[in-house]
Amino acid sequence: MTSPTAPGIAAGRIAAEQIAAGFADLHAPLAPHEVNVAADRCYFCYDAPCVTACPTSIDIPLFIRQIATGTPEAAARTIFESNILGGMCARVCPTEDLCEGACVREAAEGKPVEIGRLQRHATDTLMAQQGHPFTRAPETGKRVAVVGAGPAGLSCAHRLAMLGHAVTMYDAKAKPGGLNEYGIAAYKSTNGFAQREVDWLMGIGGITLETGKALGGDLSLDALAEDFDAVFLGVGLGGVNALGIAGDDREGVANAVDFIGELRQSADLGSLPVGRNVVVIGGGMTAVDAAVQSKLLGAENVTIAYRRGREAMGASRYEQDLAASHGVRLMFNVQPHFVHDGGINLEYTTDDGDGLKGTGETVTLPADQVFRAIGQTLTTDGGLTVEGRKIKVSGAGRTTRDGVWAGGDCALGGDDLTVTAVAQGRDAAMDIHAALTGA
Amino acid sequence: MADLTTDFLGIQSPNPFWLASAPPTDKEYNVRRAFEAGWGGVVWKTLGAEGPPVVNVNGPRYGAIYGADRRLLGLNNIELITDRPLEVNLEEMARVKADYPDRALIASIMVPCEEQAWKDILPRVEETNADGIELNFGCPHGMAERGMGSAVGQVPEYIEMVVRWCKQYYQRPVIVKLTPNITDIRKPAQAAKNGGADAVSLINTINSITSVNLDAMSPEPMIDGKGTHGGYCGPAVKPIAMNMVAEIARDPATRGMPISGIGGITTWRDAAEFMALGCGNVQVCTAAMTYGFKIVAEMKSGLSQWMDEKGYASTADFVGRAVPNVTDWQYLNLNYIAKAKIDQDKCISCGRCYAACEDTSHQAIAMSADRTFTVIDEECVACNLCVDVCPVQDCISMEQLPSGRTDPRTGKLVLDDYANWTTHPNNPGAVAAE
Ligand SMILES: Cc1cc2nc3c(=O)[nH]c(=O)nc-3n(C[C@H](O)[C@H](O)[C@H](O)COP(=O)(O)OP(=O)(O)OC[C@H]3O[C@@H](n4cnc5c(N)ncnc54)[C@H](O)[C@@H]3O)c2cc1C
Ligand SMILES: Cc1cc2nc3c(=O)[nH]c(=O)nc-3n(C[C@H](O)[C@H](O)[C@H](O)COP(=O)(O)O)c2cc1C
Ligand code: SF4
Ligand code: SF4
Ligand code: SF4
Repeated sequence: MTSPTAPGIAAGRIAAEQIAAGFADLHAPLAPHEVNVAADRCYFCYDAPCVTACPTSIDIPLFIRQIATGTPEAAARTIFESNILGGMCARVCPTEDLCEGACVREAAEGKPVEIGRLQRHATDTLMAQQGHPFTRAPETGKRVAVVGAGPAGLSCAHRLAMLGHAVTMYDAKAKPGGLNEYGIAAYKSTNGFAQREVDWLMGIGGITLETGKALGGDLSLDALAEDFDAVFLGVGLGGVNALGIAGDDREGVANAVDFIGELRQSADLGSLPVGRNVVVIGGGMTAVDAAVQSKLLGAENVTIAYRRGREAMGASRYEQDLAASHGVRLMFNVQPHFVHDGGINLEYTTDDGDGLKGTGETVTLPADQVFRAIGQTLTTDGGLTVEGRKIKVSGAGRTTRDGVWAGGDCALGGDDLTVTAVAQGRDAAMDIHAALTGA
Repeated sequence: MADLTTDFLGIQSPNPFWLASAPPTDKEYNVRRAFEAGWGGVVWKTLGAEGPPVVNVNGPRYGAIYGADRRLLGLNNIELITDRPLEVNLEEMARVKADYPDRALIASIMVPCEEQAWKDILPRVEETNADGIELNFGCPHGMAERGMGSAVGQVPEYIEMVVRWCKQYYQRPVIVKLTPNITDIRKPAQAAKNGGADAVSLINTINSITSVNLDAMSPEPMIDGKGTHGGYCGPAVKPIAMNMVAEIARDPATRGMPISGIGGITTWRDAAEFMALGCGNVQVCTAAMTYGFKIVAEMKSGLSQWMDEKGYASTADFVGRAVPNVTDWQYLNLNYIAKAKIDQDKCISCGRCYAACEDTSHQAIAMSADRTFTVIDEECVACNLCVDVCPVQDCISMEQLPSGRTDPRTGKLVLDDYANWTTHPNNPGAVAAE
């Protein structure tokens, strides 16, 4: 084992068991009795605010009541009817900003009903059983291409297949799942859940998956539009914004998403090198995930350097506290100035109302590794009209090109969350179905 | 500190909390420990006649109803009377009474409805120095099939007859324990009184099936694939018990007869409520079976604190105080008009009041786009359903409309005089008001 204080970037800084414990389920499944108590807390609200706050509008009071009455399988159906990735969403949704944040018991006592963990209980129960809960409608004879097998593409493909259309789903990567497989923090999606969920979802039938096929590479939008009755793009945001400062290209400076992707694919976390001193630039969920996972790999000092104040941070208060509880230092109002050998120089910022400015005061932190987490960018637009650096869509994901829909992170609108991607994929599928069948 | 000492039929006990005749009072070992824990008295587990004792089932004898956190809300049992020899029980009772002269010790008895049976057992009970006897006319399962327990309690003539024998062959107080498995509880109480009983105690358990095993298709508790109705007790039966107590307390035929209150008493407050309805003391079974003997510490401290707060020096000061306010529906004041009012600061916008009133009551709650819920006085009939379903305590209150105001629902002036159904113009049998 390497010493925790070994200089530079090194693997195995802490014992394998310690690493394994750190990467265990962030929210352990509820035990059977906990399920009863948690479900009993739901008031079965009228026109429930939690449902309004859920981007996929899952009927939360209904599914919780179904759990409370001993039918978690029925609860899971209720969930999956609205959100076929309800299993992943139960693990990764920032519930504090969504359903649980809107729960009346959050307002009343600061302790919402544990909707996320109850959803996990229901979906885990049903997914552990044989088979797929839905049956496909008879073949319509219509064929749809779905590009990108992330949450948006999966959700769209499932709904289309269920309605009887034949779907071919393409993905540039070797494995489906999108950021569920390559991006989500390891302690949120444990034990290969992302792949299991894709396999389970494919159980509907009618979906052909072709991996290693990229739009802009083997595939062109024109050809797809020619071959299929409709096309859905759910290609996400594959690129990463550069820091645009001196030293951005130095060794040790990397994209947070690449670091996380490598971590997610690693079979042996103890062999994954990490710096003794790590600085993450950014303020969103990606920054928090990169920082926390560096810490869990054994980095001694990890700092998130964010250019604005705490309230402006993209990561929720819960995520911020999660980072802090793992010993990550949160620095606010600092922007990267330049990277040098073994360190990074940051400049303090101020916002006097017309834009963020450096104050001239700087601080240097030791840094063996610097992660860029200041946002992802669109890499494929298929020649479609782009607005606000995303594919322009209107209505249920209609792009400016007839017969082509888009949803998820690559499309305009949405919050760059798994659950919004699922909602957009589903809604686009319904719109495609309507367009193809005249329904 | 309020004085909790009670005098019930001349029997003194340091507090009004007695353990009801049941497993907690089954033997010397239990009763000694109960007294050490602070119970004021016990009614010994029901004795049967001389000879081979009854036998109990060897499978489960209890079933339960739970809240989500496994709080026990109701218990059901198919246990019979004591399954220990009479001789053993009598010896133990005598020993315990000698060692605890300040505590009440009552012998519960169930023997066949024959004079000789009572004539045989009563002198032997008397010898133990027990403070009195309680006649178990309540047990609704097993023993009833043999013509005892509730089979007697359901026939007022039998009650009166047996009580007479007891008063004839036994010198100390006789309490008659009533079964709730009867349409009109006043009849057996009257019979007890006519026979010369010193008091009634109630309720014994209620016939029940707690649950059905949907795999085995059998009631629970299930014994070798079959179940039988058992006696229901615990918190769930308290409202039923209190109504029966109140009926006896306000019946002119039995008014003033001492009552020992039983049925779901779990806290000091439950006890205070029974006593306010006319019970001189209370008996507890399920609460002790759920939490152990120690709960009496809370019952004593709670009752004593409440009495201090209210300025009651002794339990006699409040026993029966609520009885005059128990009346018939026909005497309720129809000129009393209230409206529900929602405290917007307390409301958490769950919408339960809305769903309840809109779907099942009087469409008297409005919901705005921003989830503000308000009562529509023009529609509200003050039924109280919203108060009952609101998860926030004291969030919705019922506010009386002062006299002189117009009730927006009826358009009529609120009057401050009392008027009830007996004089109401819609009542075909109304008597003209004088
Ligand atoms: C590090 C990180 C952590 C996150 N954590 C959370 C979280 O905890 N909770 C949460 O709700 N959200 C989280 N998110 C956001 C969430 O992962 C995304 O919003 C969501 O995955 C978007 O789904 P999508 O289907 O639009 O895109 P993606 O998941 O990005 O999927 C796009 C798919 O398209 C494929 N693709 C890309 N280009 C092409 C092409 N040219 N041809 C073919 N295929 C292509 C990709 O390989 C990928 O499989 C996180 C994001 C990151 C980066
Ligand atoms: C297991 C069990 C056995 C009982 N046995 C007797 C009994 O032998 N004699 C009797 O008079 N009542 C018996 N009862 C009834 C109780 O004394 C009491 O009347 C009833 O349980 C209601 O009170 P509670 O709600 O406090 O339990 C028994 C109750 C239970 C639960
Ligand atoms: S808001 Fe909370 S209490 Fe109300 S239905 Fe939703 S989860 Fe249940
Ligand atoms: S008291 Fe009854 S009628 Fe009035 S608002 Fe409440 S539920 Fe509706
Ligand atoms: S039930 Fe109570 S808390 Fe809920 S909306 Fe009505 S008044 Fe408000």
